[in-house]
Amino acid sequence: MESQFPIQRIIDDAGQIVDETKRDALTKELALQLFTHMNRIRTFDRKAINLQRQGRLGTYAPFEGQEAAQVGSALALNDTDWIFPTYRDHGATLTFGADMVRTLLYWNGRVEGCVPTDDLHIFPPAVPIATQIPHAVGAAWAEKRKGTSAVSVAYFGDGATSEGDFHEGMNFASVFQAPVILFNQNNGYAISVPIQKQMHSETIAQKALAYGMPSVRIDGNDAFAVYFTMQDAVARARNGQGPTLIEAVTWRFGAHTTADDPSKYRDQERSRDRVDPLERLEQFMRTQGFYEDTEIDAIRTRHQMEVEEAVKAMEAFKPPAIDDLFDHTYATLPADVARQKADYLTARGN
Amino acid sequence: MATPINQQTDMTLIQAVTDALRIKLATDDTTLVLGEDVGKNGGVFRATDGLQAEFGEDRVIDTPLSEAGIVGTSVGLAVNGFKPIVEIQFLGFIYPAYEQIMTHVSRIRMRTMGRYSVPMVIRAPYGAGIRAPEIHSDSTESLFTSMPGLKVVCPATPYDAKGLLLAAIDDPDPVLFLESMRSYRAFKEPVPNEAYTIEIGKAHIVSEGTDVTLIAWGGMVQVAQKAAAQAEKQGLSCEVLDLRTLYPLDQETIAASVQKTGRAVIVHEAHAMGGLGTDLIALINDTSFLYLRAPIARVTGFDVPVPLFALEDHYIPTPARVLEAITRTVDF
Repeated sequence: MESQFPIQRIIDDAGQIVDETKRDALTKELALQLFTHMNRIRTFDRKAINLQRQGRLGTYAPFEGQEAAQVGSALALNDTDWIFPTYRDHGATLTFGADMVRTLLYWNGRVEGCVPTDDLHIFPPAVPIATQIPHAVGAAWAEKRKGTSAVSVAYFGDGATSEGDFHEGMNFASVFQAPVILFNQNNGYAISVPIQKQMHSETIAQKALAYGMPSVRIDGNDAFAVYFTMQDAVARARNGQGPTLIEAVTWRFGAHTTADDPSKYRDQERSRDRVDPLERLEQFMRTQGFYEDTEIDAIRTRHQMEVEEAVKAMEAFKPPAIDDLFDHTYATLPADVARQKADYLTARGN
Repeated sequence: MATPINQQTDMTLIQAVTDALRIKLATDDTTLVLGEDVGKNGGVFRATDGLQAEFGEDRVIDTPLSEAGIVGTSVGLAVNGFKPIVEIQFLGFIYPAYEQIMTHVSRIRMRTMGRYSVPMVIRAPYGAGIRAPEIHSDSTESLFTSMPGLKVVCPATPYDAKGLLLAAIDDPDPVLFLESMRSYRAFKEPVPNEAYTIEIGKAHIVSEGTDVTLIAWGGMVQVAQKAAAQAEKQGLSCEVLDLRTLYPLDQETIAASVQKTGRAVIVHEAHAMGGLGTDLIALINDTSFLYLRAPIARVTGFDVPVPLFALEDHYIPTPARVLEAITRTVDF
């Protein structure tokens, strides 16, 4: 099966072009766009871990190592598309346009962090595994019924493919030919469980065969491979050609969450031996003469400032309101809940 | 060499859970520990820490990420000679397995007139109060106490955790074993090194009192105890009752206590609507109505989804809210 679903790549680990058909498409503009977003979300991710360690943020799920997969996929979408992330996909949602302050608020236990930004279609992160996959299929099906060209994307990991919701979502997507992209980030581990124990199949891409769905297995750390593969899948979905499963093979450098100690289950010292998707893109840019120190330095500085500003805004955000514990449970609060709220506020002297 | 009797070790609740699992794995070859991350990682809370190294990958098994798969295959394992001890990582993630528990685990004995049974233990951490991420903090025990065929057990102390878990594993019927996350490492107490069991279906009087009965379980027992201590300063004597088992309920102990005090305050983390408190009120109504000197009070989570952690302190019952209910009941 692995030979039937070979890993597709456009640049290799050293940033050299291996798919010559794409050479002309690998412009400085595109490279810089991918680099900019990848650097931005990495800056965010590292800051979030630091904040958690200082007690300024709750438990956090880092995504370092998966930036190419998240940025490459999100950049291939339009503003009218739908995105259904997990708790580890804030890199994708930030790239799609999610507000950074709200993203930080989410990890600080604030429900405001679940609220989508402006008019963007961003579902709150799925915390239970694989539950978002049927949701994404349904939203895509709705766009098809409405006759638009908008598409939907479900993000999920390798562990999610063991859940029933994955298989049910795949089947529905296929039966109703929904314009959905099932974007899998195979980072090799579901918390501590390596993929060899998660499944007996050699690839995740092959699972689409059973549902009569096109699928492709790509190097998820090659930002170009992710971007162009996603672009193809999105184009097919927009043209009424149905769903696609993409398996982006990647690696989580760090812990499952800040509450996890990966040295319990793998040689964490060797985790960083793998090629870093950002360094790989930088290598490509240097080789092509796209890398200008002053330009890159300015981008890095800009992102540091943006993240610092977002942290300040998160910490200056109005305190949580007790009203919000109650008010959004129903369109109109049932009388007994309204009474519970009034009693609680009265007892507190509010 | 025989184990010296009466030896004990100071343990947290989670250490007592590990200790019980170790005893069963060592003494009963049919026991299997199954779940997500329970093997090499020792569980996300470390409840199974070291067990795979000690008993092997064949006995302490990292399963695929599928709650329905874990519980569903455990039905087959249990009916065919094994004793699965399942870990569901958080109670909030048990719902894919709900169908298996509701339609099969709980009723296979009845459906086969006793020919088949599926004794298994499903362990699940539950409850709020540790600033966990979203959806990790549910307290939905009453979804399971209303499921005939299933027993539901919920220890409040390390000593009880070990004795109740050993009893649950020995039980001929399936048991949902709920572990309060906020209690996991809240305190240590001496726990006997040897195996012992605490009878399932029996409540425990934590402290005797005369004015009002406080009924709680799991993580809320400590909240009730704190409220009782504060009430004592006001001259009010509370009897604190730890249910230990949520189904079947210990009707005798509950009724005897309420008949003595004439008042009851029920404390639970779950929502008021459909919470176990309503069944307790019905039980007291059925057994002790004419002894009551005041309406039974409840202090519960509100009828809203358990919030993200920034608001969880407003959701969870506090000693202050329990004290207010005690005062209201006594002043009635």
